[in-house]
Amino acid sequence: MVLEFTEAGIYCPAADAYIDPWRPVPRALITHGHSDHARPGMGAYLATEAAAPVMRHRLGDIRMETTPYGLKHRIGDADISFHPAGHVPGSAQIRVEVDGEVWVASGDYKVIDDGLSEPFEPVKCHAFITESTFGLPIYDWPEQEVLARDLNGWWATCAAEGKRAVLGVYALGKAQRILRLLDPAIGPILTHGAVEATNKVLRDQGLTLPDTVPVVDGVDAKSHPNAIVLAPPSALGSAWMKRFGAVSTGFASGWMRLRGVRRRRAADRGFVVSDHADWKGLNWAIAQTGAERVFVTHGYTAQFSHWLSEQGYDAGIVQTEFGGEDLDEAEETAA
Amino acid sequence: MKDFAALFTALDQTTKTSVKTAALADYFASAPEDDKIWTIALLSGRRPRRAITTTKLREWAAEHAGIPLWLFEACYPVVGDLSETIALVLPEPQSRVEKSLSAWIATLRGLDNAEDDVRKATILEAWDGLPPIERFVFNKLITGGWRMGVSQKLMTRALAKATGIEEAELTHRLMGDWSPDSVSWESLIEAPDPTADLSRPYPFYLAYQLEQESHELGDVSDWLAERKWDGIRGQLILRGGERYLWSRGEELMTDRFPEFAQLIDFLPSGTVIDGEVLAYDRAAEAPLSFNKLQPRIGRKTVPKKLLTEAPCILMAYDLLEWQGADLRQTPLADRRSILEEAIAALPPVLPLRISPRVAADDWDGLAQARAISREIGAEGLMLKRLNAPYLAGRKKGDWWKWKVDPLTIDAVMIYAQAGSGRRATLYTDFTFAVWNGNDLVPFTKAYSGLTDAEFREITAWVRKNTTDRFGPVRQVTPHHVFEIAFEGIQASPRHKSGVALRFPRMARWRKDKPLQEANTLDDLNQMLAQYG
Repeated sequence: MVLEFTEAGIYCPAADAYIDPWRPVPRALITHGHSDHARPGMGAYLATEAAAPVMRHRLGDIRMETTPYGLKHRIGDADISFHPAGHVPGSAQIRVEVDGEVWVASGDYKVIDDGLSEPFEPVKCHAFITESTFGLPIYDWPEQEVLARDLNGWWATCAAEGKRAVLGVYALGKAQRILRLLDPAIGPILTHGAVEATNKVLRDQGLTLPDTVPVVDGVDAKSHPNAIVLAPPSALGSAWMKRFGAVSTGFASGWMRLRGVRRRRAADRGFVVSDHADWKGLNWAIAQTGAERVFVTHGYTAQFSHWLSEQGYDAGIVQTEFGGEDLDEAEETAA
Repeated sequence: MKDFAALFTALDQTTKTSVKTAALADYFASAPEDDKIWTIALLSGRRPRRAITTTKLREWAAEHAGIPLWLFEACYPVVGDLSETIALVLPEPQSRVEKSLSAWIATLRGLDNAEDDVRKATILEAWDGLPPIERFVFNKLITGGWRMGVSQKLMTRALAKATGIEEAELTHRLMGDWSPDSVSWESLIEAPDPTADLSRPYPFYLAYQLEQESHELGDVSDWLAERKWDGIRGQLILRGGERYLWSRGEELMTDRFPEFAQLIDFLPSGTVIDGEVLAYDRAAEAPLSFNKLQPRIGRKTVPKKLLTEAPCILMAYDLLEWQGADLRQTPLADRRSILEEAIAALPPVLPLRISPRVAADDWDGLAQARAISREIGAEGLMLKRLNAPYLAGRKKGDWWKWKVDPLTIDAVMIYAQAGSGRRATLYTDFTFAVWNGNDLVPFTKAYSGLTDAEFREITAWVRKNTTDRFGPVRQVTPHHVFEIAFEGIQASPRHKSGVALRFPRMARWRKDKPLQEANTLDDLNQMLAQYG
């Protein structure tokens, strides 16, 4: 096998390296900087140039090599290269070739161009390891333009009603993607410390983001009456929010497609937006690889692999410790 | 249906009552009258008959979405709502069909006697012509089961705001046996004829649980104390030579309790009594357990045998109408006097009793009387201010429930199942067990009492500690102990443990309690011997 599924993670015997391992190993190949994929304690890391700054920011002083997309690295008896996954800036699928057989571990991915991340690039392979976070036909994402219109419409309405719009977003990827969709003509954009820290890392590596105002003492409803506020989901409803006076709250996540989740979150608005592929996206991506074998990791693994089998793939389930089935955990870490 | 779907969205997008009321009031002020009547009907639980089975809807939706039926069925528990699942799996609409809410309902009712292929064509055409939210609303019209996050009370408040008619008066107008076919906006809301519907009940006055100390209620002599009987609250109406029995949930139960027919001959037309329907032991003059009443509730009509096994009476609490006059503004003291006098004059063979006053010189005396409630088949005491009118709905101040504390037992969680709707992604329905030697014997289910945060926490735990799966049910490692509170206990041969609980719920998550210290089957049996 080109890749094997072990207790420590996805293992390549030919290279003696692991992809996104969840236990400490000597050599780790990392698809992207989210905490369920890039974990501390590895002997050495290899990641894309664009993923590295966030990983350093989060993991501190680690031994890391970086690579541009598409460059072949000979490690042991394997040829290894990284290809855009479209998930967040710097995210990659990892292509592993051993004796002419090609496997691709996709990490997390989405297939639409979010205007921020390097767009997903299909890679031909014999076997494809896919996620299935949203692997059911109920998940169908609206177009990015529709999303932008809804978000700005909500913000403008809030501003007209004298309320602050407070949006819960994940700090890496989702926040910056949404920043680029916002219309600064409506008002100022305020950011929670966790979001702003990631903004800084991404700006420093050359990504262009609109101007943001970090929320510090003195930044409040009075100083910025027409503001939209971007904060991690955990900050919504906390004492931190009091300074904004009258607010309308929103969440931005793929899970917001479901009315039950929207209601449980008790936010005023739910915006359906995800950095994972929806049902159509997953099926399209898998077809593009030309793979005969498909391994399904986190998400709706049983349902999705059953579906793939019916479509003629040799499909199986792989147990992983990536941000899995737990919706609330998933909301915080990966959606 | 655009307006109605917009209303639905507005209600769905907020948790604030004031915003909901405003959205509804706006809708009532502007929507066409036919739509308004249907909206009121839907929000008060009056839904059109289901024209199409959900089995068909599932099949058609899967086929139209181009997915196998099993995959559709796999989506359903994730979404937790059939109407929504259908709306989500179908492809984006390619055209736009504009029809009003009442026109769509008429279309659906036209399918009642149609052939299957006509039904299917009509439904698919609707699905293809409606944007997702309207599609969801449309499906809800077919399947029923409306939950728009709007209580009848909130709807009535909005209606009051839109029409300027007083809320209590509107509540009364909306009661009873009407449907959008039998009434118009004019005849129901604007200019009702009080004699048009002899069966129309008054809104029930409901009490809150007493939270303060009883002596804070003032002088005990200002209050009427009576038993809180454990039956079904009912309103018996005698008008125009007919009788009607309404449940608190506004369900007409007349035919289930034929024994009350004889009262027509003994009480004047224009009598309305608020009371508790109880299964009753005539010889002992004492109520039978709620268990005995249960089979009477479940059936539309009653076989003779059941009538003799579980004869029922109305335990009268209050008199709302007497000789055709609405007494609700008359003080309770006077209403009770008339009621007591009227019932005292009746032959005891009739199935009507006055709920006795519980007399005491002070609050301690009442507390002692309350303490024996469970032994005599009551749930506690009711405290009612003697000079108070009969209000509509749940109001604080003049009426209080003073229930006995629930029974409790510490039990081990052994199975978990996901909830539905708002709770579809959470494990909320649990089965609990007590020790019998080294075995755990399941004895009850419970699914309420925890906070959302606690449900999230236990859900994460369940996922990591599942030992087996039976369909949607997960067996989990016995580990967590919960305090289960309940109102009563009965012997039940249908249950493995031999007991059935009344209103079980999770009172506390006993993280402090080791597994081995949960209660035992013997403890349960002791409770059964004492209170069963």
